[in-house]
Amino acid sequence: MNSPKLDPVESHALPSQVVKADEPILVSAAKNGDISAFETLVGRYERKIFRLTQNITQNREDAEDAMQEAFLKAFQHLDEFQGNSRFYTWLVRIAVNQALMKLRKRRPNVVSLDEEIDTGEDMMPRDVEDWGPSPQQRYEQTELSEILGKVIGELESPFRVVFQLRDIEEMSTEETAEALGLSVPAVKSRLLRARLKLRQKLNQYFKQGGSREVQKNH
Amino acid sequence: MKCKKIINELADYLDESLDPILRSSIEEHLGDCKDCRIVVDTTKQTIEIFCNSEPAPLPLTTRQRLHEALAKHLRHLRA
Repeated sequence: MNSPKLDPVESHALPSQVVKADEPILVSAAKNGDISAFETLVGRYERKIFRLTQNITQNREDAEDAMQEAFLKAFQHLDEFQGNSRFYTWLVRIAVNQALMKLRKRRPNVVSLDEEIDTGEDMMPRDVEDWGPSPQQRYEQTELSEILGKVIGELESPFRVVFQLRDIEEMSTEETAEALGLSVPAVKSRLLRARLKLRQKLNQYFKQGGSREVQKNH
Repeated sequence: MKCKKIINELADYLDESLDPILRSSIEEHLGDCKDCRIVVDTTKQTIEIFCNSEPAPLPLTTRQRLHEALAKHLRHLRA
């Protein structure tokens, strides 16, 4: 398993706050109109930004458009980037907004991130089965990517977006709340449900034997 | 401590943001309850699998369209 890549001297910091050594230089050059410096940043992050827009929009065409618009907006508004976070975290916030706009346009009656969600459903996990160590190693990388894309696509958008920012992009709870205009308790509540739902969905791929019902001592 | 309480505190437990007393009572429960231990372990693995997964390479046509759009618009924006 690959560990998240952190700058060794700053390994105690949140990944969203760790700045790659050459990033400020590239950003500064891009601010001065150096297109090749900006293209280097694009090349560094295009795969991650596309995964993000794809995970949020669940539509290839919208994901491509949102990614393009995010990079163009980032270039246009580079002067507003103050360097208080990683450039990537700033870029993620722009890309999330672009992706959410696409999603709302396509499904206006489904997507409302700021509503309180109380599904009333029982959060107690139904299937409890050990996965063993490193269950993902049973799959090829491409197959694993497909599984992860599929199960996250099955989540309702309010859960999907919070999980994307908090657990895939590794933003803090506070950064996630700010980016989505949600309260910290709302982020925490959605994150818990998202994690449990994804665990349940991955269970069918990773469990070692037949699942069994949880004993009723809850 | 009941299993339901473990689930309610699961996110903060995994994020290591619980106060030490609550954390310690959760760990005591996990020592005795195999089901909760499995749920905690598999939820933790869920987060790690997503967090550590490498994004797939961009489809060739997607990458081409992105770089053509950037080439067209960036030069226009700079001008």
